[in-house]
Amino acid sequence: MKRLSGFAIFAAVCLLLPVIFPDNYYVTVVGLTIFVNITLAVSLNLLMGYAGQISLGHAAFFGLGAYSSAILTIKYGLNPWLAMIFGAALVLCLSYVLSRPILRLKGHYLAMATLGLGIIVHIFFVQADELTGGPDGISGLPTLSLFGVPIDSDIKWYFVLCSYMLLSVLFSLNIADSRAGRALSAVHGSEIAAQMMGIDTAKVKSYIFVFSALMATIAGSLFAHQQDFVSPESFSFFFSIELVTMVVLGGLGSTFGAVMGAFILSILPEVLIVFEDFEVLIFGLILMVIMIFLPEGLFVSLKNRAAIMLSKRESGS
Amino acid sequence: MTLLKVKNLEKQFGGLKAISDLSFSVPENIIFSIIGPNGAGKTTLFNLLTSIYKPSTGSIFFKDKEITGLPPFKIARLGMSRTFQNLQVFLNMSTIENVMVGCHLRSKAGLLASAIRLPSVIREEKEVRRMAEEALHFCGLSEYKDRPAAGLPYGLLKKLEVARSLASRPKLLLMDEPAAGLNDTETRELCQLIKRICESGITVLLVEHNMTLVMEISQRVLVLNYGRLLAEGPPEQIQKNPDVIAAYLGE
Amino acid sequence: MDQLLQFLISGLTVGSIYALVALGFSIIYNASDVVNFAQGEFVMIGAMSAIFLMKAGLSYPLAALLAIAITAGVGLALEKFAIEPAKNATVVSTIIITIGASIFLRGAALLIWGKEIYGLPPFTSNNPIKIGNATILPQNLWVMLGTAVTVLAVKYFFDRTKMGKAILACSYNKKAAYLVGINVKKMLLVAYGLSAALGAAAGLLVTPITFMSYGAGVMLGLKGFCAAILGGMGNSMGAVLGGILLGIVETVGAGFISSGYKDAIAFFVILLVLFIKPSGILGKGEAERV
Repeated sequence: MKRLSGFAIFAAVCLLLPVIFPDNYYVTVVGLTIFVNITLAVSLNLLMGYAGQISLGHAAFFGLGAYSSAILTIKYGLNPWLAMIFGAALVLCLSYVLSRPILRLKGHYLAMATLGLGIIVHIFFVQADELTGGPDGISGLPTLSLFGVPIDSDIKWYFVLCSYMLLSVLFSLNIADSRAGRALSAVHGSEIAAQMMGIDTAKVKSYIFVFSALMATIAGSLFAHQQDFVSPESFSFFFSIELVTMVVLGGLGSTFGAVMGAFILSILPEVLIVFEDFEVLIFGLILMVIMIFLPEGLFVSLKNRAAIMLSKRESGS
Repeated sequence: MTLLKVKNLEKQFGGLKAISDLSFSVPENIIFSIIGPNGAGKTTLFNLLTSIYKPSTGSIFFKDKEITGLPPFKIARLGMSRTFQNLQVFLNMSTIENVMVGCHLRSKAGLLASAIRLPSVIREEKEVRRMAEEALHFCGLSEYKDRPAAGLPYGLLKKLEVARSLASRPKLLLMDEPAAGLNDTETRELCQLIKRICESGITVLLVEHNMTLVMEISQRVLVLNYGRLLAEGPPEQIQKNPDVIAAYLGE
Repeated sequence: MDQLLQFLISGLTVGSIYALVALGFSIIYNASDVVNFAQGEFVMIGAMSAIFLMKAGLSYPLAALLAIAITAGVGLALEKFAIEPAKNATVVSTIIITIGASIFLRGAALLIWGKEIYGLPPFTSNNPIKIGNATILPQNLWVMLGTAVTVLAVKYFFDRTKMGKAILACSYNKKAAYLVGINVKKMLLVAYGLSAALGAAAGLLVTPITFMSYGAGVMLGLKGFCAAILGGMGNSMGAVLGGILLGIVETVGAGFISSGYKDAIAFFVILLVLFIKPSGILGKGEAERV
């Protein structure tokens, strides 16, 4: 299948990495962060890149998944998988109900609404301390078991999170190249024309909002079990902004763009830690520079440049 | 059979009456043109027919079914499609992808099925691609099918909108100033295209300024002036109508 | 009842600050169609500059003036180096650029001034004044007065001066403004400088009450953005009204319901408004031309 050849290579690399570099901190620990971020970025890209709906509150869904897993397993003793399903069901209802009024908004108003949503959820995590443990969070989640195998080591978590990430990338690639994906892009390109082609634009936007939210929620549940700890800090407005940055950095509307953006932004702090006090400043600078000079995003720019170079070579110049 | 019927249609924007007490019918299988001086309300009428605007009063019937106030996508599902005066091409997709969107109503794969890529979805995709290629061929755009739409010149983009609408196999196609910005050659090609569209069983409702085009291909012409119906009839009759001449040339 | 009065006073105070930040947002949005996520950092930079200039020995008034000038300079730099090079970018791109700028400025502030919290002395003595059973600090009055004067000055600038009108012309139609001889680039710089100065003024007014640190600009910026939207994006007087309204609703809500959820109240109100009237309280609906 030529269509998925890029994906096949990507999947092979990800799955073979711990085999080639066993016991490597960067692979097993940083890799986990990267996989979670990639999943979140890819899910956000479906909403922002394909459907063109800005969301500055995506971290909220990630957090809702994490917290519902933590609360339901620790405080109510629910089976971890059941807790995950429950969390997903909660987000399904919440995101669906909110999607209709929120997605009637456009541009800055939509940005503001999603921002507000994210901040309200975050404040809830901090303030409802009876339920959520407040700013200190909750720890001590039970071990997740898959087909009877307890996921209790870094390397096992590597494969679990890698698989979920690959699944989300695959889904995203499939959607992009399908009737559903075209409907999303149509809504982004011209809502009026999309309507004239028979597309129920409100429903399309709503469905992708919910789908994207669910992807993030399940990632959140897995994250909570892997970290064995949840606290509001991981699900703040800043993280929502980081996710948007990942998507835009790589190139809005491109699945692999989101992958690249997530990868770069995940390892950047590791790289920048060398610069200590300058870390925040340099991060901001890099953001600005890339967006000013490569507005289509890194991945898309590189892809276009490669395409131009290849066509030049073919025409023999 | 009467395909489209408009009864006592009115549209008011604040103090301005853009359309006043307009009634007319469009039978099947003809080319019906709407003309009128600038500001007469032609595009407003189209926006009312496709439910982008809601009428202040009056009703619209399509295939004997009342469609007044229905959301635009439901009207499209009943078999009405439209091209736009200010191009609404999906510039973020390729040419053929634009037309494949036109096939939306002739396919049904949903979000989940597409994500998992069931075998039925793969089969349907092939079919959709074939339908799109057919529409592109009908409009003479086959050689541009994989080009990004954003790279096409204006004249081809106008054709692309037509191909996109045709892919949805409408019963009624509304074309809003399709000849605007086209040179003589392109206009002649457009003439032929519209005739072929009508011959294939689609009724065409046309808003146009180009009188030569209108008089050559229309079976019926309706003249709007200040939002009111000024005259309606076969082209030869309209051309000789003194009120129409006065409206265009001024008294 | 007395509680309500006390809340209203606090609400008007914080609302005035939001109003100034929102006004700054509005001016930049009008001039360049950009939502400036770094607006809150102007508040922080203004206050921090003044604090450290005073530590270096300058008098309060001189430090304040210089701080405003420095912040205005930062605004100019933002326009020149981050906004102008990206003038054809999409909405989302420019949002990321200003977010990057906001992070950059915060990083710089962290480097220069560290993580500590600082204060400024109040403008006059800090003896509380009693109004009925509520107390008001002189600084609260200074904030309200300062905001009122500043807003009126800005209104005069845009309504009556040639430069102000030129900036408005740019916001309506850049090409047309250019064609009638307006130096659009210069007007944009002025707009950003003015916006930054407004932020600095807000910082100077509020720091004697609430103190300041390198990260305090973020929430202020977000709330200012909220207020600007509440009043209708691009409507300057709406932004001011939005700010004041937001301050009052937030303080009253925090007082009667819960202070921990204070920030949530503000955003909850915004969501409600947006669901009911998406274009804001004073905003005009957007009509798409087809």
